[in-house]
Amino acid sequence: MSFSWARPYEPKHPVMRWLDERLPLPRLVYGAIGGGYPVPRNLNYFWNFGVLAGIFLTIQIVTGIVLAMHYYATTDGSFNSVNGLIMRDVNAGWLLRYSHMNGASFFFIVTYIHIFRGLYYGSYKAPRELVWMLGLVIYLLMMATAFMGYVLPWGQMSYWGAQVITGFFSAFPLIGEPLRVWLLGGYAPDQAALTRFFSLHYLLPFVIAGVVILHIWALHIPGSGNPTGVDVKTEKDTLPFHPFYTAKDGWFAAFVLLVFAVVTFYAPNYLGHPDNYIPANPLATPAHIVPEWYFWPFYAILRSFTIDFILPAKLWGVLAMFGSILLLFFLPWLDNSPVRSGAYRPVFKRFFWLLVIDVVILGYVGGAPLNWWRTALGQLASAYYFAHFLVILPLVSAFETTDPLPTSISESVLHGEAAEAAPAGQTKPRRGSVATAG
Amino acid sequence: MRFILGFIGSVFAGILLISMIGNLSTYFGNKPAPLAAEEFHLEPRALHLKSDGPFGKFDKAQLQRGFQIYSEVCSACHSMKLVSFRELKGLGYNDAEIKKIASDWKTQVPSINPDTGEASTRKALPSDAFPSPFANEIAARAANNNALPPDLSLMTKAREGGASYVYSLLTGYRDPNTYKNEAGKPLPNEAKPTGTLHFNPYFANLNIAMPPPLTAEGQVTYAPGNPKPTVDQMAKDVAAFLVWTAEPNLENRHAAGIAVTVFLLIASILGYLAYQQIWHDAKRAVRITGPLDPENQAKSKRAKAKQGVAG
Repeated sequence: MSFSWARPYEPKHPVMRWLDERLPLPRLVYGAIGGGYPVPRNLNYFWNFGVLAGIFLTIQIVTGIVLAMHYYATTDGSFNSVNGLIMRDVNAGWLLRYSHMNGASFFFIVTYIHIFRGLYYGSYKAPRELVWMLGLVIYLLMMATAFMGYVLPWGQMSYWGAQVITGFFSAFPLIGEPLRVWLLGGYAPDQAALTRFFSLHYLLPFVIAGVVILHIWALHIPGSGNPTGVDVKTEKDTLPFHPFYTAKDGWFAAFVLLVFAVVTFYAPNYLGHPDNYIPANPLATPAHIVPEWYFWPFYAILRSFTIDFILPAKLWGVLAMFGSILLLFFLPWLDNSPVRSGAYRPVFKRFFWLLVIDVVILGYVGGAPLNWWRTALGQLASAYYFAHFLVILPLVSAFETTDPLPTSISESVLHGEAAEAAPAGQTKPRRGSVATAG
Repeated sequence: MRFILGFIGSVFAGILLISMIGNLSTYFGNKPAPLAAEEFHLEPRALHLKSDGPFGKFDKAQLQRGFQIYSEVCSACHSMKLVSFRELKGLGYNDAEIKKIASDWKTQVPSINPDTGEASTRKALPSDAFPSPFANEIAARAANNNALPPDLSLMTKAREGGASYVYSLLTGYRDPNTYKNEAGKPLPNEAKPTGTLHFNPYFANLNIAMPPPLTAEGQVTYAPGNPKPTVDQMAKDVAAFLVWTAEPNLENRHAAGIAVTVFLLIASILGYLAYQQIWHDAKRAVRITGPLDPENQAKSKRAKAKQGVAG
């Protein structure tokens, strides 16, 4: 699709030729994830996580469709259909349900690694801005889907999570409260909310699948990035996706599924909250309302606003929480450095790892009960989050002196062999150069 | 645009830092006294069961003892709505025994008189869920000083600590007047239970409405061949039973888990070897066309000439 040396599809079997002449679907697949897609030869294992996210989306859709066959979307039947019928009586229902529960967590784990890969290697930079933005759209849809899915078992955290999260809308002046009531179909989460959440929870994964196609399509125009951030120049820089990256993705997917299986079979409730095994009770508020772990950093940002500065604290919190994700859409223009890869950006690299630590701290603060020092830590970490993207990154990209880049991908791959071929001590590997994938 | 976004970022960060300074100065200006619930609350004592771990299986004799305690003690107040009599097969009872357990159950199942259509009750069948001791929440509260005994079906999954929590709570009742925490501090008067509440350091707010349910050795009579029914043993047995009620498919899960992990382990290893095999040629191709490639040789000659190295 993207490079002149991309192998065209040549049907081997007459049936495939017949099909290809009428509907070039095999051609499309071959060009997208087959031998017809040239990929930089120096990708490291961080480039495996996009495919993994696709695998977990598939697991969620397949297990979810079967679960929906046994689920009752009613306020008095929902909890029992999940914890009674599905977990006890449906054949392998416990497996479907635990896979779906933990599949959601793993979908977020691999997506977070995928996003941070993009942040480090500058995958959001030209010409891949739209790939990045479509990815953020997928991420937002995932958050909406996961939130509504968590409401469906109608446990205590389902109910109170729905109460808190839909309560965000009431922070907006004038339209806020009517908007919240309209979205919920009532003054509090109830049957109307549960039914529409179920409907949307079933719909959105297919919307995600659609945006994933756009994400991959947009990616295939410039082709995949790589750890050096240097553009592909010649055929020597690339390998066909199949069999090279299918083999690499294949074994790594089996390995990640192994980790997923260990959690699903031996600690299925580790990532969940015990309160969700208590049926929803609108009259009893849990001691600590927390969302699922993948929302903790944003929950920490929301809770960090404690003073009414011109606007009410709650509105600040909601604006900051939405803003913390929306600002990522501006990232291609906030970071102006012509060098893509963080490997050649010494100052950027340090701030990047600071951001990783910052987000982990935010996650911890968001999931733990508040006390004086966690509140203060959360406020400091939230302040850094905004400063990092909106102040530090533009300044770094303007003033940083970057390391010299390799002239081509194959040169960066070759340095190892050059060192091997030369007598010891004569050739030193270039600083910041990246080893061959695998 | 970057200036506008930078300004927004500075505003957010500024407000957060001001809030942080405000919070810290409030805290240090007026340090709040620690709450009794923080000072006296205990984490559950670990309970190890045969069902723990990846190869764990239920101890059926223990589950039967636990079920006996549920039927003779807990079921007076606590419902178990998600569990059916037929599921008792998992405890090792046969069909006839289950039928008898169901029909002898002290509470009957709400029903309709087939002749008059009036509300009535009938004996439970194996297909019925355990009938609840109270008809509804109001009846349950009226009989329990306005406290609601929670349903026990999922208890070990619905509390932090699971079986260890149940075991610790059941054996954790203490005399509030003589109790001292690990630091040797006696319980302050404001944290002592009032009215019909009971002091228990394993309970979140220290004061629980449930009176000590297991009080004396021999409260239930175990069948011959079982351990002595001490309070500690009974608490362990009922905790084990509640692990089963919350997760009756645990043994299936453990067994399937072994098969799946072994399969994926082999798949990963074979996949990795296939990956090495496929990439081997690609790496060799790099090596052959690499330093010996005329283009690269010319480049290295130029570089050497520049540095004044011969060859």
